[in-house]
Amino acid sequence: MAKDELINKFKYIGTRPNRPDGLDKVTGRAKYGADFNAPNMLHAAVLRSPHAHARIVKIDTSKAEALSGVKAFVTRADFPTGLKGEDFYLQENTIAGDRALYDGHAVAAIAATSALAAKDAIKLIEVEYEILPHVTDVDEAMQSDAPVIREGAQDHSVPEGLPPNIVSYMDFGHGDLEAGFSEADLVMENTYKTEAAHQGYIEPHACVGQLGQDGKGDMWICTQGQWFIRKMCAAVLGLEASQLRVTPSEIGGGFGGKTTIFSEALSLALSRKAGGQPVKLVMTRSEVLRATGPTASASMDVKIGMKKNGQMTAASAVFRMQGGAFPGMAPTGMALECAFANYHLPAVHHIGYDVLSNRPKSAAYRAPGSPMAAFAVESLVDEMCRELNLDPIDVRLLNGSKEGTKSSFGPTFRKIGLIETLEAAKSHPNLNVELGPNQGRGIASGFWMNHGGETSISMALGEDGTVTLSIGTPDIGGSRASMALMVAETLGIPYEDVRVNVVETGSLGVNEPTHGSRATFAIGKAAVEACNEAIKEMCQRAANKWGIDQEAVDWFDGAAHPAGPNAGDFPPMTIKEIGRRMGRTGGPISGHHATTFGGAGESFGTHVVDLEVDPETGRATILRYLVVQDAGRAIHPSYVEGQFQGGAAQGIGWALNEEYIYGQDGRLQNAGFLDYRVPVASDLPMIDTVIVEVPSDSHPFGVRGVGETGIAPPLPAIANAIADATGKRLRHLPISPPKVLKAIKEDS
Amino acid sequence: MAEVNLWSGLRQFTDGELVVKVKAETVGNMLDELISIYPNLEPVIEAGVSVAVDGELVAGADHTPIKPESEIFLLQQFKGG
Repeated sequence: MAKDELINKFKYIGTRPNRPDGLDKVTGRAKYGADFNAPNMLHAAVLRSPHAHARIVKIDTSKAEALSGVKAFVTRADFPTGLKGEDFYLQENTIAGDRALYDGHAVAAIAATSALAAKDAIKLIEVEYEILPHVTDVDEAMQSDAPVIREGAQDHSVPEGLPPNIVSYMDFGHGDLEAGFSEADLVMENTYKTEAAHQGYIEPHACVGQLGQDGKGDMWICTQGQWFIRKMCAAVLGLEASQLRVTPSEIGGGFGGKTTIFSEALSLALSRKAGGQPVKLVMTRSEVLRATGPTASASMDVKIGMKKNGQMTAASAVFRMQGGAFPGMAPTGMALECAFANYHLPAVHHIGYDVLSNRPKSAAYRAPGSPMAAFAVESLVDEMCRELNLDPIDVRLLNGSKEGTKSSFGPTFRKIGLIETLEAAKSHPNLNVELGPNQGRGIASGFWMNHGGETSISMALGEDGTVTLSIGTPDIGGSRASMALMVAETLGIPYEDVRVNVVETGSLGVNEPTHGSRATFAIGKAAVEACNEAIKEMCQRAANKWGIDQEAVDWFDGAAHPAGPNAGDFPPMTIKEIGRRMGRTGGPISGHHATTFGGAGESFGTHVVDLEVDPETGRATILRYLVVQDAGRAIHPSYVEGQFQGGAAQGIGWALNEEYIYGQDGRLQNAGFLDYRVPVASDLPMIDTVIVEVPSDSHPFGVRGVGETGIAPPLPAIANAIADATGKRLRHLPISPPKVLKAIKEDS
Repeated sequence: MAEVNLWSGLRQFTDGELVVKVKAETVGNMLDELISIYPNLEPVIEAGVSVAVDGELVAGADHTPIKPESEIFLLQQFKGG
């Protein structure tokens, strides 16, 4: 049967049932990281460096230890030595060694019988620092006379002679760049900058760690990936991974920032020193902003050649990104791979630098690198469209990547949906709205490659014919509902008969986190495979009963059926009957699937924003906002739309207000949500969405991940709209009211 | 023999070659073969790379089969958010 015919037969895919965790969440029953408590539990507090870069000369904990209620303290001396590579960097970020590398770097931690006692004790620790020169700006950090964050940290890729803070170098492309630029009627080149933005999840990092002297432990934690937590904590503490069981809580947002560890291993280290008493560690908002991964800041040069009709002839980019004081954290490579992915380019070249600075260890943030790249490239494309008086959607349609296009990063694209998103955007009613004074419209597209990854999953049939699915990826955006829909569709049973549980690390094989927009793609694909395994067994049970071959049994509508008249005349055997009798017909029935998935279908999106700029204050008000994105197949359309809207909201914040502001002393100036301003509901209109469905051939239902692409286009779309409204091109994010006002006033 | 396209920055490890022919049936075999031909690629590959086979990104899926006519690209390591 052709795939499109199958799609028309879907009974559950594409419907919008209530999410299974909805009642718990609206009634407050859902348990988040800080909700977990254990008998005899201690509370942790962490002493953090107030300096951007300092040698730790001496730590005196004697006064703190004497305080009533203090049960344990740890410094770096309590951690194993000899770690290498990323394990070493995780440990060094967990707690500083001989140097504090950024404002907020943990120096010591204490566990006490109450949170108040722990906080009081922290104040009694005396640390002698020798303050060292620091650098927080990426361009300054690349200078040959910049303070050196780490000697000898450059990897194999860095050409000889580059300054030591450049720790990795990338260089790739294809075609004759010089010939391409010489064919162009217009060549433009500009520099763009973005500031570090935090993932801004509402729930701070929280965990309870328990570790005995025997090396066996437990952790309850808010995370995107319990197996990553297990692996990383085990490495940092020198434990055997299987002796540490990690149980995830519900999660109040992660966006990439909860795919790694920051202070979590401290709770285990403190617990071990406190004789195995569990230790709760909950970060304050200030700690979250100072010491957990924001994304990188970027400085980017982009050059594009274009003919008068809008055809692009060549493009090049040089990206400089800092990811904090730890190598390998800036998403420079992925930024470059995303930069020109929207366009068919005969010649393209990319150069990238991963740079160290005295900032916290960056973490992934929704489509890591893609938003910065989109800001630079899509801003310049818009500038050139304006210069040549061309329609920005038509130029993107003319040059847009499609099936068979050699991508800017090398491989040939399979079936993709960029053109479809552009066409859907062009025909949307928002584009027919006439704009008034001080109003502008901006358009931009974005890309994310998506991911499959390590996956292990189990489903089990209950005695009443209902089904339990055990998955290893925490549900951030409604994935339990999507999994239940795919199981219901595959088995032919009601959605309500499927319960999906996110389980701890002892229950399944290794799972990568909920990251890379992989959950609905990879876990859903594995769920279908696990169900197919169970279907085979259920058909076997029916065949045994009927005395026919298993191959003569079909499965549909939640029951086994004889495959045809030759198989015999038997009434269907329902999943409920099979479940009821399974104990005496061969035992429990389950399905399992474990693999590393490749081949996730790429996702493209196009955004259109209308905004108005107040010429008196420079404030931009979003009037209407449209997200059009290819979802491949929307399993639960409401949650697909939610991902589109969430990505847009975060991108709007990054474009207009969000930034890490460092003082001359290298300290973070805005470590709180009053000064680090994420958009709130009153800042945004209802975000319009259009789901484009160009099914991916890599998934049984055509799914493409949708979680990340949506954050890339808002940065340039808003910059383009502000240029349309004011005539001023702002190339340094955020485009906050003071910057807009300054640009407007420059004319007058 | 499958042709493996490398990124330009790897030329320093492959005597200037950007396309390397290898005999391999899976992505894992292909990576092993690359190291065997150009040992200086080992730290790069061990540090982590992504591979695209016929347009499909197969990060970490070393069991992915490849054919002699497959289009293969080595890419910077991919991590999601």
